[in-house]
Amino acid sequence: MNDTLLKTIFGRLTLESLPLHEPIVVATFAMVAIGGAGLVAALTYFKVWGYLWNQWFTSVDHKKIGIMYIILAIVMLLRGFSDAIMMRAQQAMAFNGSEGYLTAHHYDQVFTAHGVIMIFFVAMPLVTGLMNYVVPLQIGARDVSFPFLNNFSFWMTAAGAVIVMMSLFIGEFARTGWLAMPPLSGLAYSPDVGVDYYIWALQIAGIGTLLSGVNLVATIVKMRAPGMTMMKMPIFTWTSLCTNILIVAAFPVLTAVLAMLSLDRYIGTAFFTNDSGGNPMMYVNLIWIWGHPEVYILVLPAFGIFSEVTSTFSGKRLFGYSSMVYATLVITILAYLVWLHHFFTMGSGASVNSFFGITTMIISIPTGAKIFNWLFTMYKGRIRFELPMMWTIAFMVTFTIGGMTGVLLAVPPADFVLHNSLFLVAHFHNVIIGGTLFGMFAGINYWFPKAFGFKLNETWGKISFWCWVVGFYFAFMPLYVLGLMGVTRRMRYFDDPNLQIWFVIAAFGAALIAAGIGAFLMQIFVSIRNREKLADLTGDPWNGRTLEWATSSPPPEYNFAFTPIVHDLDAWYDMKERKAVRPVSGFKSIHMPSGTGTGVVLAGLSVAFGFAMIWYVWWLAGLALAGIFGTTIFHTFNYKRDYHIPVEDVIASEDARTRQLAIQGA
Amino acid sequence: MSDTHAHDAHADHGDHGHGDHASHGTRGSYIKGFFLSVILTAIPFWIVMTDAFKDPSTAALVVMVFAVAQIVVHMIYFLHMSGKSEGGWTMMALIFTIILVVITLSGSIWVMYHMNTNMMPMQAAADM
Amino acid sequence: MSAIPMKDGLNETKPVSFYDLDEHEHPDGGSTMLGFWMYLMSDCLIFAVLFAAYAVLGNSYAGGPSPKEIFELPLVAVNTAMLLFSSITYGFAMLSMEEGRQRVMQMWLVFTGLFGLAFLSIEMYEFATLIHEGAGPTRSAFLSSFFTLVGTHGLHVTMGLIWLVTLMVQVQKHGLIAANKRRLMCLSMFWHFLDVIWIGVFTFVYLMGTLR
Repeated sequence: MNDTLLKTIFGRLTLESLPLHEPIVVATFAMVAIGGAGLVAALTYFKVWGYLWNQWFTSVDHKKIGIMYIILAIVMLLRGFSDAIMMRAQQAMAFNGSEGYLTAHHYDQVFTAHGVIMIFFVAMPLVTGLMNYVVPLQIGARDVSFPFLNNFSFWMTAAGAVIVMMSLFIGEFARTGWLAMPPLSGLAYSPDVGVDYYIWALQIAGIGTLLSGVNLVATIVKMRAPGMTMMKMPIFTWTSLCTNILIVAAFPVLTAVLAMLSLDRYIGTAFFTNDSGGNPMMYVNLIWIWGHPEVYILVLPAFGIFSEVTSTFSGKRLFGYSSMVYATLVITILAYLVWLHHFFTMGSGASVNSFFGITTMIISIPTGAKIFNWLFTMYKGRIRFELPMMWTIAFMVTFTIGGMTGVLLAVPPADFVLHNSLFLVAHFHNVIIGGTLFGMFAGINYWFPKAFGFKLNETWGKISFWCWVVGFYFAFMPLYVLGLMGVTRRMRYFDDPNLQIWFVIAAFGAALIAAGIGAFLMQIFVSIRNREKLADLTGDPWNGRTLEWATSSPPPEYNFAFTPIVHDLDAWYDMKERKAVRPVSGFKSIHMPSGTGTGVVLAGLSVAFGFAMIWYVWWLAGLALAGIFGTTIFHTFNYKRDYHIPVEDVIASEDARTRQLAIQGA
Repeated sequence: MSDTHAHDAHADHGDHGHGDHASHGTRGSYIKGFFLSVILTAIPFWIVMTDAFKDPSTAALVVMVFAVAQIVVHMIYFLHMSGKSEGGWTMMALIFTIILVVITLSGSIWVMYHMNTNMMPMQAAADM
Repeated sequence: MSAIPMKDGLNETKPVSFYDLDEHEHPDGGSTMLGFWMYLMSDCLIFAVLFAAYAVLGNSYAGGPSPKEIFELPLVAVNTAMLLFSSITYGFAMLSMEEGRQRVMQMWLVFTGLFGLAFLSIEMYEFATLIHEGAGPTRSAFLSSFFTLVGTHGLHVTMGLIWLVTLMVQVQKHGLIAANKRRLMCLSMFWHFLDVIWIGVFTFVYLMGTLR
């Protein structure tokens, strides 16, 4: 009786669900709890809760939402990287009979969490955050098409991250690898909560990702400044458009696949089971139909950033703009035609394998064309080796190596040797770190002064840069070697002592990367401390070419007091060349969307719903779901969602800007 | 060269904001669409329920043609699709989606057919 | 719109403006229809995946019943009729909305809702019968994919009904204001989109399943 009552109230949540027997987890929990309590205490002491709630959490300003995405990504990067360095340490020491320090149970969760977090909660928020911040400014808009949805999307992403973080301390995470392939992820082999944590974290974050994709596509299509035709759009906006089209067209596939997996787990359907006619290979097929476009979702915005940076810091117009646009479009379509190269070895036979091998090789052509465009942009340019440019050059070298190993893997017979080996692991880290991550660092260094009004510190930036780049090569080149020697991925210990030296080198590389991350945090800290000295009052610290540099840094809430009119691809450069005069009078009040707490509430209810589903707490799940519906319907009854910035406020901030520019000019 | 049509561009821009140009159809067009779709539904049901064709694969093919025709009817008369709404973007999105649906469906069937043939010799036996 | 004369440069004769000085306010919702259409397209891909699953798993009966044994085409035909009727009544509601006749429009929406409800009831009856006969979603991969595909469509119809009721209340409260018209148009797209999906369902699942 008592037992059933407890089961009704708590589902399968018991005291044993708390991982008290894992000292590493307990210590982490203690640290997080103390740190978290300290943070809450500090925020309360300085009375900033009201400010945070009013100015940030409920804000629908695309700039603030963009910054919040990036903060979320950096926090999750620390978590994802701790997983990485734990794996590197484990593999470096688990030789000669030593078991290392991680149990198999724990190690399997670590590599799964590392992949999931790095892709969904680091790379995706970084990409989405930068697009959110920059795209409306680049197209001369005041906000995105659906400002409330934007806020909601962010909080759903954050809700997914919260669910992943919960799994660290309550229960466990999946032990299946980052794609949770059945039958391993089915109920028969993973009866615990791990896979359910995985499913609900991704489903909830996926809603946010999908909606932000719809939002940004609509924004780019409908809200461009007058005169900005498609072929006068900045290249970063172009790559963002294609990225978001890919998001809108790929994430539904993930949603549907995970829904089928959860039906298998929750009500016992037979999609991917071994019996009752199910077919686990169908899961692999479907999830890669999402998975391959996903890698282009991650890398296309980075390509856009590199294009902007190369052109700005070479002081030249981008070479081959239209070929760059067409290359991006070709990649967008081809991204849907290569998915099978992730499972050549599953046995679809020669005809299927050769088709997908060939499409995979073809997709490297537009990518290669882009590399040449960047090189020709730099050719005869007056290159300034500032931090964004340094990241760009590091990218070009690193990404080319990663691309070449990719083409190697695209050859089906070669893939039969290298599949599931550390060679593959080295390859995709080579393109994701060398492409996406370097791109995001270039972007952060490039646009930071726009967002905050001061540049980032150079010295710490350079330390971070060199630690990252050198660390990357130390960490991943040994994995190529090991992969060629036949070492498979996701191993916890090794018998052959000859391999150890390579793992030690890789661990050293990871330590260097740790230093790089530390230096990056230091860079931000030092820059905030010296913000007066690093201040940029012009709004255009790099002699930029696109519209985001036409407004002040940080931009006012309304971005542009008067919408700019575009005559040229490099709109702002054109305005500077032709001495466009910034209007200093005649301002009007500006119509803006107002903030709302609905996004936070819905995301909070989603966390409750996800948690309840994971632990089979049905009453809470029902309650939370009803709450979600109720809140949504209630929200639609609010028709008053905008306000006008009074003209006095506009005049005040524009006059301040006028004075600032006058000081600069003097 | 770039002192181009600020005014034209502006007119273009004005369009963006005032946007619901979607056509709504008339009573006549709705009724026409309705009758067409009733016919296009009734015939395939009749074909299947009366075994009108001897060969099931011919029947399947005919039924599919009717489905495609009916989808087109719905798109035109109920969803008011045209190349002009939203500056052609809805049509573009639709075409892109159709391409992806075709890739997903035919690709999955093709890939999984080969997998089943090569890798699951037991399945046919188990199903019987 | 006024223009700023250029201080120097080649085109001194033609003034070039770089700022839109007399911009008029943009009404809300200019992007809504396009944004909603894109959402529908992404929803379409969810269905594409479920159709793909049905196409691949639809003949894995695992010793259980085959489509021929369990599908009742007359029932499906009635169901299809319900959905078609609801479509035309929604169409008439939109026409009344255009004419500004709120009462008539609400009446057509009620009809739409009733047809939708009839559709759902028939579908639930069908599901209940199947489960009762031991042909539930856990019986075989064929039935899993059948229930999921058809059920997902039914779930969408349910959402549509909730939305419909909400909108009717909002129209009653605020009248046919621009925001409500926009919402009615979005729901119209949603409703007709579900028709299109249903054409796929009755053709590929019911009719072709019976032919197999």
